[in-house]
Amino acid sequence: MAHSEEYQKLEGKIFTKSFFVLLFIVAVGFFFVGVRYVKGIGAVSNMSDGYPWGIWITYDVATGTAIACGGYAVAILVYIRNRMQYHPLIRSAILTSMFGYGLAGFSVMVDLGRPWNSYNFFIPSKWQANSAMFEVALCVMAYSTVLIIEFIPAILTTIENTKWERMRLVRDWLHPKIAPDADAMMDKLELVRRGAAWLKPRLNKVLIFFIVLGITLPTMHQSSLGSLLLIASTKLHPLWHTGFLPLLFLINCVFIGYAIAILESIISCYSFKRPYEVEELAGLAGLVPWVTVIWLSVVVGDLVSRGQVGAALKLDFYSSFFLAEFFLIGIGSTLLFSRKMRRSPRWLFISAAMIVLGGALYRFNVYLIGFNPGKGWRYFPSFAEVMITVGIVALEILGYKVFVKLFPVLPNAEIGRLKAEGELQAEG
Amino acid sequence: MKKQSRRDFLKLLGVTGAGLVAGSGTVCASQALHVNDEELGMLYDATKCVGCKACMSACKRVNSDYGSLSYETAKFDSDGLWDAPSDLSGSTRTLIKLFKESDQRWSYVKYSCMHCQKPSCVSVCPVSAMTKDKVSGIVDYNKNTCIGCRYCQVACAFNIPKFQWDKSIPQIVKCDLCKNTNLREKGISACAETCPTGAIKFGKRKDLLQEAKTRLQENPDKYIAHVYGEHEGGGTNHLYLASMPFNKLGLPDIKPEAPAEFSEKIQHTIYKGFIAPVALYGTLCFIAVKNMKRNDGNGKHSRTEEDK
Repeated sequence: MAHSEEYQKLEGKIFTKSFFVLLFIVAVGFFFVGVRYVKGIGAVSNMSDGYPWGIWITYDVATGTAIACGGYAVAILVYIRNRMQYHPLIRSAILTSMFGYGLAGFSVMVDLGRPWNSYNFFIPSKWQANSAMFEVALCVMAYSTVLIIEFIPAILTTIENTKWERMRLVRDWLHPKIAPDADAMMDKLELVRRGAAWLKPRLNKVLIFFIVLGITLPTMHQSSLGSLLLIASTKLHPLWHTGFLPLLFLINCVFIGYAIAILESIISCYSFKRPYEVEELAGLAGLVPWVTVIWLSVVVGDLVSRGQVGAALKLDFYSSFFLAEFFLIGIGSTLLFSRKMRRSPRWLFISAAMIVLGGALYRFNVYLIGFNPGKGWRYFPSFAEVMITVGIVALEILGYKVFVKLFPVLPNAEIGRLKAEGELQAEG
Repeated sequence: MKKQSRRDFLKLLGVTGAGLVAGSGTVCASQALHVNDEELGMLYDATKCVGCKACMSACKRVNSDYGSLSYETAKFDSDGLWDAPSDLSGSTRTLIKLFKESDQRWSYVKYSCMHCQKPSCVSVCPVSAMTKDKVSGIVDYNKNTCIGCRYCQVACAFNIPKFQWDKSIPQIVKCDLCKNTNLREKGISACAETCPTGAIKFGKRKDLLQEAKTRLQENPDKYIAHVYGEHEGGGTNHLYLASMPFNKLGLPDIKPEAPAEFSEKIQHTIYKGFIAPVALYGTLCFIAVKNMKRNDGNGKHSRTEEDK
C-alpha cells in the first residue's frame, strides 16, 4: 500500500462555519444567475455593445483558467521533466484545475446569450476553424473531461476503502417507511465497491495517456485565449496587441500555474494546520523566475521591435497598468531568485502572490483595461455581475474544501515529516 | 536522468518548432485577399443626405418582424409617439446622426453594417452563425445557430453587431441588406428605396465605386477626396462620401489590411492541418511513458498503483 499513503484525506467536519458562509455567498450569486436568465443579461450586468465581454469572460474564463493551470504546470514538471518528487502536489493541483475549468464552463453558460444553441459545437457543418473561440471552446470542454478522468482514481480509492458510514447515516436519518432495506442496500453498495476496485488498476494503466492529453490541451487553448484578441487590432491598445499574444498567454499560464500551486499549498497547509511542504515548494519556486524571465523578455523584445517602448513609459492610464503588471511579475520573480526566500513560507507566499496578481493583471489588461471600443463607451462591473463571479469563486473554494475531506487529495504529511527527519539525520 | 530529460525537452521544442515553421511558409504563400467588385453594396453620400430619417423608419417597418426589431421611445416621450433610437442597438439596424462642428460645418452620417470584403465577424464566429454570401457578398446572421458569445461584437472594428441586452431570449442585430425582405421582394434595400434625395445608392460595388469617383471628380471642392470603404479593413461594400473627415463622423481610421487576415494567419500557422497538436501529443506521450518506465525500473516513487 505504498502508494495510497502518498495522499491522505483531511480529517475533520465538513459542515464548518466557513462552509455555511461560503454557501451563503454561492446562494447570492445563484440568485443573480436566476435573474439573468429571466430578465436578460442587461438586467444584471453593465456590459454594453461596446464592451460585450465583462468580468465573466475576463475573470472567470480568461483569468480563472490560468489560475486553474496548476494541474497543467505541475503535470509538465512531473511527467515530462520527470521530477517525481513533485508528485505529491499533483492531486490537489488537479482538483483545483477541475473546479476552475468546470466553473469557467459554467460561467460561460451564464454569459452566453443563446446557450441552448451550444450543441452546434458538435455539428461538423457548423465548425469554424478560423475562430479562436471555436478552438478554445472545444479544447476547454475536452480538458474539463480529461481533468475529471484524472481525478477519478482518488474517488475510486475512496470507494474501495469505504465502510459507507455516511450512506448508513443517511439511511438511518430517513423515515423507516421510505428507507431502503439495510442488507439490500449494503449488497448494492458492495457491488459498487467491487466495481471501483476492478476499474482502478485498469484506469491506471491508460491514465498516462489522459495525463498527457491534459498537458496538450491547455497548451492549445491557453495560447488560443491570447489569439482571441488578435482580431481586435483597432480596439486593443498597442501595448498589448501583438502577434505574440498566443505565446505570451501560454507562458503566462505556466508561471501562474506554478505560482498558484505554491500559494495553494501554503494556504491549505496554513488553514488546515498541516506542516508546510517546504522541500517541494522551494524546488518549484526555483523554476518560476526562469519562466517569468522568458515571458518578460518576450514582452520587452516585442515592445522594442514594434517601437512601443515610449508608450510603455508614458505613465498615462494604459502605461501605468502595463507597468503595474510588469513590475508585479518582475519583482515577484526577483525575490524567488534568492535561495533563502525560497525556503521561507512567508516570502514564498508574498512572491507567489505578486506573480499571480501580475499575471492575472496582464489578462485583465488584454481583455478589459487595454480594450477601447471607441468614444463614449465605458465599463465597470455592476454589483450583481461581481456577485455572480464571487459566487462562482466561492463555489470553487467550497468544492475544494469538501473534496479534500472526502477524497485522498492532499500530500501525506507523515511521509513529508519522515523525509525531513531522514535528511536531518543524514546531515547530522 | 536529468540530462536525459533535458535532451527530450529540447527534442520536443525542435519538433514543434519545425512544425510551426513549415506551416507558416505555406500559409503566407496561399493567402492574398481578393476583392470582389461584383458584390452588392450601398454608397452613402453625406452631402446629399437631409437627415429626414426615412431610411430608418423604412428599415424598421420592413425588417421588424424578421429581424426582431422594436420601437425605442425617448425619455421625454412618455406616450411612445416616436421611434427615437439614440444609437444602433438591439432594435435598430440603421441610424442617421448629425455631426455639428459649427453652424456652417456639419454633416449627417448613416450607420449600418459595412458588409466587409473580409468580415471580422464571420472570421470569429465559432459556430458559423455569421456568414458571407459568396455571390451577393451580404454578411448575414442566423439566430438559430448563434450561441450569443458576442465575439462578433468584440471583433467588428465598426462596432456594428448589436446585442439585445434586455431580452431573456436575445439575438444579434445587424443590417443584412434586407436579404430576406425588401431585397427579395423588390431587388433593393428598403433604405435605398425610400431615400428621397438619392443619398443612398444601391448596386454592385464596382458601379458604386465608379459613381463615387465620378462625383469626386466633378465636385472636388464639395468632398473630402477619399471614398471611405474602398480600402478600409480590406475594403467594404458599404461606401461613403462626405464633406468632413470620416473619423469625425464616427467612422474609424482602419488600415487597409483586414484585421481578420492578421488573426487567421497566426491561427492557421499554429493549427495547419492539425499537425502541430498531434505532434505535440505524440512527443509528450513518448517522453511521459519513457519516464514512467524508467521510474518503475528504479523501483522508487512508483507512480502506478497496479504493480503493488
